[in-house]
Amino acid sequence: MITLSRSFLFALLALSVPLAWADATSVPAPEAAAAVAPAAAPAAPPAPSTTEPSVVLNSQINSGDTAWMLASMALVLMMTVPGLALFYGGMVRKKNVLATLMQSFAITCLVTILWYVIGYSLAFTPGTPYVGGLSRLFMNGVIYIKDVAAAAATKDTPAVDAVIGKVSVSHLGVTIPETVYSMFQLTFAIITPALICGAFAERMKFSAMLWFMAIWSIIVYAPIAHWMWEPGGWGATAGVLDFAGGTVVHINAGIAALACALVLGKRVGYNKEPMAPHNLVLTLIGASLLWVGWFGFNAGSAVAADGRAGMAMAVTQIATAAAALAWMFMEWTVKGKPSVLGIASGAVAGLVAITPASGFVMPTPAVIIGVAAGVICFFAATTLKKALGYDDSLDAFGVHCIGGIVGALLTGVFASTALDGGQAGSVLTQSKAVVATMIYGFVVSYAILKVIDMTIGLRVNEEEEREGLDVSLHGEHVE
Amino acid sequence: MKLITAIIKPFKLEDVRKAVGDVGVQGVTVTEVRGFGRQRGHTEVYRGAEYLVEFVPKTKIEIAVDDALAERVIEAIINTARTGKVGDGKIFVLDLEQVVRIRTGERDASAI
Repeated sequence: MITLSRSFLFALLALSVPLAWADATSVPAPEAAAAVAPAAAPAAPPAPSTTEPSVVLNSQINSGDTAWMLASMALVLMMTVPGLALFYGGMVRKKNVLATLMQSFAITCLVTILWYVIGYSLAFTPGTPYVGGLSRLFMNGVIYIKDVAAAAATKDTPAVDAVIGKVSVSHLGVTIPETVYSMFQLTFAIITPALICGAFAERMKFSAMLWFMAIWSIIVYAPIAHWMWEPGGWGATAGVLDFAGGTVVHINAGIAALACALVLGKRVGYNKEPMAPHNLVLTLIGASLLWVGWFGFNAGSAVAADGRAGMAMAVTQIATAAAALAWMFMEWTVKGKPSVLGIASGAVAGLVAITPASGFVMPTPAVIIGVAAGVICFFAATTLKKALGYDDSLDAFGVHCIGGIVGALLTGVFASTALDGGQAGSVLTQSKAVVATMIYGFVVSYAILKVIDMTIGLRVNEEEEREGLDVSLHGEHVE
Repeated sequence: MKLITAIIKPFKLEDVRKAVGDVGVQGVTVTEVRGFGRQRGHTEVYRGAEYLVEFVPKTKIEIAVDDALAERVIEAIINTARTGKVGDGKIFVLDLEQVVRIRTGERDASAI
């Protein structure tokens, strides 16, 4: 196992070698020419491309949008570390808390490197309708530079200093630097695989988890993000509405979680021994951090500090509250007591369901989406799970996949053309996106898991599982 | 000499400590314990998974006393730890063979 971990590290390092590509040699010629001339009469700034990443003058960057997106990136990163880490960490038994926190943290690091190497390019550059191109490998061409020639030509005219800095922008966010856009999207690429951890908590080998997440991030997450979000992707072309990741993030993570629960099997002692959460305080803190961070997730997906971001923020708050109350009252009615874990789970279900709809709906539909998510996810995590008998330990499927489906379909119902930038939705189109994501996600995740199981093995042995992953995998424990 | 072991409700500990102190007890050992008696446990539900908590948290106090004091200590515990509801606990009284004070090596009555 040590050898395999090492080979994994070497593979990562080898991928990172051609760093030299990522310099500033790729300024497209027309922009360069435009910027050399402005000493006498400043040329019209180049218009950013709407079909591919391009380079614009620094002065074309919108500082308000950029400030909000810098903040959004940090908010969404906070959702995974420490938000999701604590949310999941509190729900496991004490002997597995560090291993669970470790999963989120390690995924954050691993996906960051893979995103820089290839993920960003596969997801957010033009290519085929199914996957992006390789033009941004190693973030090649993602630049912020000073044009030396232009600087020399204009050194006596300070007034035009602003035009000699150049910055690349993504065609998905032309008013902010591409650095900010790519890092904002990175945080989505981080949290999606981290969500899957809920399904295999307390029993998966750490080495197997790293391999699974690395491969999954590249061959499942990046293509599906490209389908739905890159303007050339088949989903975006077909009019699929996924504002902040109902299909790309939540259905995708949730269906992979189901594959994990099925392939790994149940925990030792499942349904025979008590497996109650060891510290719901951690879980509530985690859920609260997820909630706060989600404003970066949803309102940030406007890629602007504008009215649409404001509406996305409002509906996110309203839907979350509605879902949390819905779950709480359902549980109170059916099980007799309103629980802390219940209201926190309901809030997360509401956040999941409003994700694709935020930016497309008004506040009243948000209430309906929230209530639907709270009630349906409650039954998914309690009755459905029990009926089907799989051990989705922390309900990654029941909350994220089911909540994502509720949100994606209701987005088709409630999407309002009255909103600036809004579009008419179609339940049929949304259904296609849901089904395609579920089939592709399930089949590929299942295959990756089977291959890992046949090579290095997915699960710790029973003795290690009984002892707890903290000690057996990481050599540490919490008192 | 007697060793009086009482299993009581945790929230009664302060009252009991004060009452036995008032009748002349010089020292008490306290342990947090779990157990079951006629009081039933309770059910906890986590997202639909129900767990029956059969062992209820209790507090165990141990007091070594002279025979002369034993009955008054028992009375003090009964009077303060009683709520009248099931789950108030038990008192076990055992004969105590020997007591040694580690610091001085004193034995029995003078060591209590």
